[in-house]
Amino acid sequence: MSNRAPANPAPAADNRQKLLEATMRRYQYRPDALIEVLHKAQELYGHLSPQLLASIARNLHLPPSRVYGVATFYHFFSLKPQGEHTCTVCLGTACYVKGAMEILTTLETEAGLKAGHTSPDGRLSLLTARCLGACGIAPVVVLDGVVIGHADAETLRARLHALLEETPVAS
Amino acid sequence: MAARTLTIDGRLVSARAGESILEAARDAGIHIPTLCYLEGLSEMGACRLCLVEVTGSNRLLPACLTPVSEGMEVHTATERLREHRRAIVELLFAERNHVCAVCVASGNCELQNLAIRVGMTHVRYDYLNPVCAVDISHPQFGIDHNRCVLCARCVRACDEVEGVHTWDIAGRGVNARVITDLGVPWGEAESCTSCGKCLLACPTGAIFRRGTSVAELERDPKRIALIVASRQERW
Amino acid sequence: MDLAELHATAERERARRKAIRVLCCTSSGCQASRSLELFHQLEAAVTATGQDEAVEVASVGCMGFCGQGPMVRVEPADLLFERVRPEQAAEIIAALAGEPCSVERGDPNHPFFARQVHVVRRNGGFIDPERIEEYIAAGGYEALYRVLHDFTPAEVIQEITRSGLRGRGGAGYPTGLKWATVAKSPGERKFVVCNGDEGDPGAFMDRSILESDPHLVLEGMAIAAYAVGAHEGYIFVRGEYPLAIQRLTRAINQARKLGLLGSQIFETAFDFKVEIRVGAGAFVCGEETALIASIEGRRSQPRPRPPYPAEKGLWGFPTLINNVETFANIAPIIEHGADWYASIGTEKSTGTKVFALTGKVRNTGLIEVPMGMTLREIVEDLGGGSPDGTPVKAVQTGGPSGGCIPARLFDTPVDYESLAAAGSIMGSGGMVVMDAHTSMVQIAQFYMAFCMDESCGKCVPCRVGTVQMYRLLSKVVAGAATPADLEQLEQLCRLVRETSLCGLGQSAPNPVLSTLRYFREEYEALLREEAAAGANGTP
Repeated sequence: MSNRAPANPAPAADNRQKLLEATMRRYQYRPDALIEVLHKAQELYGHLSPQLLASIARNLHLPPSRVYGVATFYHFFSLKPQGEHTCTVCLGTACYVKGAMEILTTLETEAGLKAGHTSPDGRLSLLTARCLGACGIAPVVVLDGVVIGHADAETLRARLHALLEETPVAS
Repeated sequence: MAARTLTIDGRLVSARAGESILEAARDAGIHIPTLCYLEGLSEMGACRLCLVEVTGSNRLLPACLTPVSEGMEVHTATERLREHRRAIVELLFAERNHVCAVCVASGNCELQNLAIRVGMTHVRYDYLNPVCAVDISHPQFGIDHNRCVLCARCVRACDEVEGVHTWDIAGRGVNARVITDLGVPWGEAESCTSCGKCLLACPTGAIFRRGTSVAELERDPKRIALIVASRQERW
Repeated sequence: MDLAELHATAERERARRKAIRVLCCTSSGCQASRSLELFHQLEAAVTATGQDEAVEVASVGCMGFCGQGPMVRVEPADLLFERVRPEQAAEIIAALAGEPCSVERGDPNHPFFARQVHVVRRNGGFIDPERIEEYIAAGGYEALYRVLHDFTPAEVIQEITRSGLRGRGGAGYPTGLKWATVAKSPGERKFVVCNGDEGDPGAFMDRSILESDPHLVLEGMAIAAYAVGAHEGYIFVRGEYPLAIQRLTRAINQARKLGLLGSQIFETAFDFKVEIRVGAGAFVCGEETALIASIEGRRSQPRPRPPYPAEKGLWGFPTLINNVETFANIAPIIEHGADWYASIGTEKSTGTKVFALTGKVRNTGLIEVPMGMTLREIVEDLGGGSPDGTPVKAVQTGGPSGGCIPARLFDTPVDYESLAAAGSIMGSGGMVVMDAHTSMVQIAQFYMAFCMDESCGKCVPCRVGTVQMYRLLSKVVAGAATPADLEQLEQLCRLVRETSLCGLGQSAPNPVLSTLRYFREEYEALLREEAAAGANGTP
């Protein structure tokens, strides 16, 4: 884990570090701002690499193990890079009662992927959420940040298929 | 300091104000089982073995964290409590892969002692058989996650007594694991001073000295309390 | 800012308004049905037809009927349009000039709306939550002004106590009593924390309030801070609610600029600053002590209580924690008085409660009803009953900590005590309707999977017990369980309920216990040694 190369090779004009610095400064490097800082880091870098966690620990004067403990406790933080596309199926009660499991199974089959995982080619992460709070339009699926309400398995399967058929963005 | 009088299992017991039920009971020679509690460390009330019944409270209360009060009536060994304790110990045995026959701590293990004390004859629950690593990257010590009960005594000993905080807990629920630094192998954890206090604090054979074989582990958790007490003396 | 300026701001806002207002819901639910695009199309249509002088299009919060979204309301004519597609914008605007219109019309007198009583949702769907002027024009921040000038802190607490308001987060602890404890606890610093970690799956009341009327919550927090002697506050919001966070951030900035938050509020000596903390995905954060750990930047693990946060909370200082809906009730109580509030609802459960009505019911969305309304009225009158004629079997309230109430008990009034007696809890307000196609054993399994995933892992009974219960339930679902397994399941329910450290663990067995209590035959039908009786219908 410690010797994995950073997944996001930093471009020359990388101002992400600066933006992260600015966030930590705004919180006066207070240890209690750890979660806020991790949110920002994840937003900027897509995931939390060991280097990133180590630098946050140094800056907030926290033991590395505490930062790691926090980063692995919460669902939002990911220590691995996410796929190019993400598809999140809500498994809240309302969605469950209205057939969210069937949607998830269909999508798992379509993507050849288990929920919670990223495809080996890095094209897709298939995720689940415990409740997105959009129960009025259950079942709900979020495809690349777009919330789809009253979702049905077949339409989604087609949309996911179309999405994955597109030419991959050069990374 | 003001004294408080209470009854524990029908016996009149005198305690200092602010003292916990557990301390008062131990001073009076009444045994309450514990696992995550270790004298010298902060209490966390996590193992739930020291739960007691207090007349007037409909909830079970952790003896390690409940202060005594005047006239309090405590019951430490009712049928309900005994049944719950046995079940909790069984849950622990089912959670990871505890095999006393091949364990360094056999004969000197708090989990093993608990099983005997609560009268555990077999485990009613499914063994979860998780895949757990054994880490022997540290030159002196090793950790076998198969034997860890997540009591966090190593985490607290390292943080509160050694003052380093090499250990913490990562993940959550049944997937939680004790880790060093950023989840690196123990031998690569730069913050570790190799002081061995985690070894002293560990109730099972999870943390061991390398080279120790079955039932050879020597260790006295009371030394943590001694270190803490002598530190206060010095000043 | 003083009272005259507040009134002047309200007056300016009212003068600014145009004769006809087209209100378009842009809350999360409707946004998912393209309401932002609709909003822009409506604006474009107004300009295209040259009606800019007389008509304005406003982005407003939730109108409640989320299942029928996007919703558009036209004031003052009180026209309601449902399921509006962006392409239909021009048609709606043309209809203002009397043209015929084929867009699906909603009925403002439908029982779904007519049976509601709006206290905390009074501005929802009427004001633009991103403009503080609209909140002020609706009478906002007057309660805070009155409190700071006419009330002592003790009088505020007395008023809240007399109103009978109880915590809307689930347990129903008397709000006034909680405030009094914090007020009396000595501390160099004190904190007010708003719990917006609405974690129950199937609940979205707090999201809607924060998205639709963020200032109502801020005003309630400021009044609470004054009453208990706090000067610092935190709002903890789920990370799953980006729009709520965005609108709340904007609201805090606006209030600060006008001197309604920050130093010397309303030119008095009272200071109160508020910071937002964004949750990172952990159900257990809804538990008070775990919430505190999370705000402190730690793993969200609860600690045994006592000491309660009211005495020792954030960084060891006395801390008042109430949830979003509780704070949203404060300003209305101050405005209209405790007696008015106590006259709504029942004797022991006063006021209203917001519910998220979802699942197998015709009308899904948010409703605010007086306490004491029966489940039958909610499900059948407001909810319109089953969408396809399949008999409704049960209602689940309280999420993973609650239980399933069977249809034969639908005359149960919705108040804290009655729901508890029926084996469930009020909870934060999720209400999921289930019909004959829903297997109650699978529902129990679903909730146990949730609790297992969300267990923080600190205490043994919850950490391992939930896994064992989940395995037993899966065994039942798979038809492989024996009566002995069922017995063991019940034993584990007792263990986990009585010995877990926090409320999450203690209540994790509730969905199992309540389904065993009312739908035991569904379990027994699945047992290996029993002759399969087939799926069971409505009791």
